[in-house]
Amino acid sequence: MDWSAFNLSLQLALYTVLLLLPLAVLTARWLVTLPPRRKAIIEALLTIPLILPPTVMGFFLLVSMNDAHAIGRIWRSLFDESLVFSFEGLLVASIIVNIPFAVQPALRAFEGIGNDMREAAATCGMSQWRSFRRIEFPLAWPGILTGAVLSFAHTLGEFGVVLMVGGNIPGETRTISIAIYDQVQSFDNASAALMSGVLLAISVLAISITFLLTRKTLIRIRA
Amino acid sequence: MTDRKGVEVAIRLDDPVVLNVEFEVRTSELVALVGPSGGGKSTILRVIAGFAKPTEGKISIGAQSWFDSQQNLFVQPRHRRVGMVFQSYALFPHLSAFENVLEAITDRPAADRIELANEYLARVNLKGLGERLPEQMSGGQRQRVAVARALAREPHVLLLDEPFSAVDKVTRIRLQRELVDLRSDLSIPIILVTHDIEEAARLADRIAVLHEGRILQMASHEKLSKAPVNIDVARLVGIRNIFNSQVATIDSEQDRLELRWGSSSLEMPFQDGYTPGQAVTWCVPSDGIVVHRRNRPSRGEHENPVFGIVNEVFHFGQTTELTIEVDDPDAHPLHCSVPTHVAERNEIDVGADLGVSIKADMIHIMGSTDA
Repeated sequence: MDWSAFNLSLQLALYTVLLLLPLAVLTARWLVTLPPRRKAIIEALLTIPLILPPTVMGFFLLVSMNDAHAIGRIWRSLFDESLVFSFEGLLVASIIVNIPFAVQPALRAFEGIGNDMREAAATCGMSQWRSFRRIEFPLAWPGILTGAVLSFAHTLGEFGVVLMVGGNIPGETRTISIAIYDQVQSFDNASAALMSGVLLAISVLAISITFLLTRKTLIRIRA
Repeated sequence: MTDRKGVEVAIRLDDPVVLNVEFEVRTSELVALVGPSGGGKSTILRVIAGFAKPTEGKISIGAQSWFDSQQNLFVQPRHRRVGMVFQSYALFPHLSAFENVLEAITDRPAADRIELANEYLARVNLKGLGERLPEQMSGGQRQRVAVARALAREPHVLLLDEPFSAVDKVTRIRLQRELVDLRSDLSIPIILVTHDIEEAARLADRIAVLHEGRILQMASHEKLSKAPVNIDVARLVGIRNIFNSQVATIDSEQDRLELRWGSSSLEMPFQDGYTPGQAVTWCVPSDGIVVHRRNRPSRGEHENPVFGIVNEVFHFGQTTELTIEVDDPDAHPLHCSVPTHVAERNEIDVGADLGVSIKADMIHIMGSTDA
């Protein structure tokens, strides 16, 4: 069992969720207010990471995070180090790849609330922020939580993008999926099985917790 | 100028529906907006609440202006002090009835807010049910929470969007009584959207008939049923006796006008704007038709007697509706209703000869059909 890789994956997944979630929630909330056509176009753009093959996505990210391009250059000027083949680079890539996983469930949740609820909040004299905090967020949280769990589980298992952007540096960019791949390559099936089992258990646990937590709220909202 | 805090609306809207209306609702007055769906009833409420922005026009309440296209003024919904009961009630499902009401009380110290929320719940007969979530309440109770929440806003206008459509008939009648009761304490204009003309007749002081984004007529129910301005209004208030005839004679001094209708001639009170020979459309509500007793003539029979053959007989419990074939140039039948026991005693059945009187003061000319 490669505990360093496991640890790295957990950290990557956790930071991805923590940084991505607020952005995803704000984006989803903004999208519901757009006219249908504009919303569809932006939604389609945000879904691209889901459609592109991970290696292609990884290639684009690798190139754009290179010091020769804007993102890489800005990073270099700010922190004086390369963004590619670093944990930070992995994190940026991971956030971008996970956008659809976090935004889509949140968006569906905000759409499910319905306009009359927002209008009722407005006739009660609530500001947009209060309406969001008191009404929309509590009603949308099952969707937001689903997005968080999906992003977390997806980051743990991500392979193609991680390999392209981060390479395979132990303790820096070698995640659990890459470690599993390495172990299979070196015929260490027992370790690979153990780590795969751990990943499977985490995924099942995460999904079960989401279902348990959201079920009650969903039932109430549907009523 | 309307009185102290009436609402004045004069707006034109092109999207999402075409709307071109101008009306006012006075303080303490309840106006019902009725008409076929898609006519713009709910949109008017949304415009007043600020959820839809008119292309041009003005909305003001007392001295306060909420929208004025000329001055580029648009007050945001949350600053308008509108009490709105949504068709779906739009209660916040994760908040208790009490919290739902509490959310609408602003600009008050915390302790007052709690007391007020309880008061509003008590006012709609929900005392002791404040801790319940909307899902734990019946349809009628939810509607009451929605009303309490709307009132808790201390609104300058109360907007009710089909508030009785989602409950059963018994509950509906009870809720309607409660609304009548609540009204006596409210000195704000109230606008009710409904597709049910009977509901509008029971609750509203005036009814605005909306059709394709325009108000065809705005008057009391009595006025609407006695003097509808056109066929659309007549049909909407349930008048089925609409006929084409010709003006025979007029006599303003004697307050008399005579219509030639097939082989009959009908007398009615003088109505301005018509000349002998003019083709007109007129109507009479079914309660303006009195069925003659068989074999027992009475005095009323001298008033506009018309004779025909009974075409259809429908027994609706205590009431029987009759369709009578008369001498109408367009071959439209006459509709009227009698108590079922009268129909039975007089042996009124399909094929029977029947005489009726059309009450002169119930006949109303809606307009000329001359090009």
